[in-house]
Amino acid sequence: MSTAQTIVDKIWNPHRILGNEAGDTLLAVDLHYLNETSFICFQELERLGRTVRRPGQTFLAMDHTVPTRDRAAGIPDAENREALVYMDGIARATGLLYVGLQDPRQGIGHIVASELGLTLPGILIAGDDSHTTTNGAMGALSLGIGLSEVTHVLATQTLWQAPYRSMRARLTGRMGVGVDAKDLVLALIGRIGAGGAIGHVLEFDGDCVAEMSMSQRMTLCNMAVEAGARAAIIAPDEVTFRYLKGRPCAPQGEDWDRAVAGWRVLATDPGARFDREVELDAAQVAPTVTWGTSPQDALAVDSVVPDPYSAATAPERQRMQAALQYMDLTPGMRIADVTVDQVFIGSCTNGRLEDLRRAAEVAKHGKARVPAVVTPGSSEIKRQAEAEGLHDIFLAAGFEWRDPGCSMCLGMNGDLVASSLRCASTTNRNFMGRQGKGARTHLMSPAMAAAAALTGRITDVREWLRAAAAAPNEEKP
Amino acid sequence: MEPVGRITGIAVPFHRPNVDTDQIIPGRYIMKPRRFDYSTVLFHDLRFGSGAEAAFPLDQPRYHGAKVMITAENFACGSAREQAVYALQDWGIRAVVGPSFGGIFYVNGIKNGLLLAQVTPRFAAALCAALEDAPGATVDVDLPSQQVSGPGGLRAPFTIGPGDKAQLLSGKDDITRTLEHEVAILGHEASAAERCTWRRPEGFESQLRARRPFPIQPR
Ligand code: SF4
Repeated sequence: MSTAQTIVDKIWNPHRILGNEAGDTLLAVDLHYLNETSFICFQELERLGRTVRRPGQTFLAMDHTVPTRDRAAGIPDAENREALVYMDGIARATGLLYVGLQDPRQGIGHIVASELGLTLPGILIAGDDSHTTTNGAMGALSLGIGLSEVTHVLATQTLWQAPYRSMRARLTGRMGVGVDAKDLVLALIGRIGAGGAIGHVLEFDGDCVAEMSMSQRMTLCNMAVEAGARAAIIAPDEVTFRYLKGRPCAPQGEDWDRAVAGWRVLATDPGARFDREVELDAAQVAPTVTWGTSPQDALAVDSVVPDPYSAATAPERQRMQAALQYMDLTPGMRIADVTVDQVFIGSCTNGRLEDLRRAAEVAKHGKARVPAVVTPGSSEIKRQAEAEGLHDIFLAAGFEWRDPGCSMCLGMNGDLVASSLRCASTTNRNFMGRQGKGARTHLMSPAMAAAAALTGRITDVREWLRAAAAAPNEEKP
Repeated sequence: MEPVGRITGIAVPFHRPNVDTDQIIPGRYIMKPRRFDYSTVLFHDLRFGSGAEAAFPLDQPRYHGAKVMITAENFACGSAREQAVYALQDWGIRAVVGPSFGGIFYVNGIKNGLLLAQVTPRFAAALCAALEDAPGATVDVDLPSQQVSGPGGLRAPFTIGPGDKAQLLSGKDDITRTLEHEVAILGHEASAAERCTWRRPEGFESQLRARRPFPIQPR
């Protein structure tokens, strides 16, 4: 038997407390990430007469329901306000690690945790949000869990896990101009399907990943859950160490050196076996958008809306037909001809500084023809963006510049797309009603979303960039 | 939690792939307390108001009182919201039979005593077809023997994780079950701390502890 291990084995094994006869493993949780929607778990904990076992390993960030403007004016929705006040009280009374609404570091939890250096290679994280997978970009084993499991982790600082299957997505080659990590991961999900990684922990590797920034890696791991992955992970390397060094909660001095020495050997051993492997050549991927109501409905921006009769099964054909009807599209039409009513740039998928830079790079060449909102992923990102003058570019181009939070990613704070309106969005889910009842979402990269704002339709950002380079002051290619 | 053994009841065919939890319960309804009747928002946007489907399966009289739901691939993918399970349960569903489930939903379901039976795509399709032909027919999902049977003599084994099966059968609360291993947990915590070669900076927690008052006002 081979002793070659994957990075997941190398994290899983030392976190294993015990196993049961059924084959499930009790794992020790290093960090537990919460948001204000976790409030039910604390009520449940109280009902059960239990307490938070390790407040110092429990991190709460307010993000899902927070307003992205006029914050001083208060929280308009009573249920949201009650939850925020309740959770603030919990954080104080229990001594949780906490970045609240008034905190100068406030932002989307997954992003704030990485900025603080809470997320580190080799640790095990459980989080009350499916996109907890994002933290795998730093080499943590980071699992999204539901409310019952959150309550369990609060009380025990442990998590039961069924055996996992391993999967590797090898991304090779160079991304073309105008192509981003978002395009690669959408193309991958389009290939393997929204259920393609169910039960698997998905490791991304390959020379393309090696060259990616931390922000791009977070985009990959973030979206892995849209293929059904239980977690996503990227082995830590120099990019990771450079990103983490000096962050407030990352080890320092000799601790840092010893930590890095340990992190270097986490990478998957050569010869380790995976239950499933896929490969994607980045050079072959065009800017990618979704046409339907599942992230797997991805297609190259220069292609046409598919015909449901191409579906392999009858239920899939019916699903595609329902999606086309919901999205008000017809098979065979060019996706790049589809007009949009509004644009959203932000979320834990694409709300980081680099994302805003890429969007601004496009936005500076024109004026928005449709309402466009930019929501930085965190207060820190907002400050850095403003220091670079990105907000001036967005404002000059007619985009709105908001405060950080989940915002229109799921519309819980009232930032909604109205029924039957079409939104070009840098978020992660184009599900029916995700951005508001009847809202039509097209997922895409920040640069593509910015281009859509300037033209009022889904636009191949490559053409836009080419034309802008040729005639920098022209508004339209 | 009540132990779960055998569920027999009217079954509603819902043969749609990749149904996400945002459809099962839209995000704007998840800030309710657990005592809220979540069945009132189950599949809200597909059932109520403009854009609602005519003859949505759950609202057809022939499926009234259904306890079992038959689905297609990747049922309840997407968001972690456990309220999707509450909504199905509050509506009366006790077992869901399908080829595959969203990973987090699956765990959420088991933890709440929802029986999730995994069958082949072919069997799920056949069962749905049979239920369309015999509306209001009952389906039997038997956990001890791991068998699903439906109208027309349709019968097949289903898969379920052995740990999940044991948990459903015992109905034992998860936390109690885990804390029976308190000694092992404490031992692991101590040895993990010893093995770890590095520490986070002194006092990093205090930078993240709440200080300022929280002036949240109604608007
Ligand atoms: S931005 Fe969207 S996906 Fe990310 S944590 Fe917030 S709601 Fe979840």
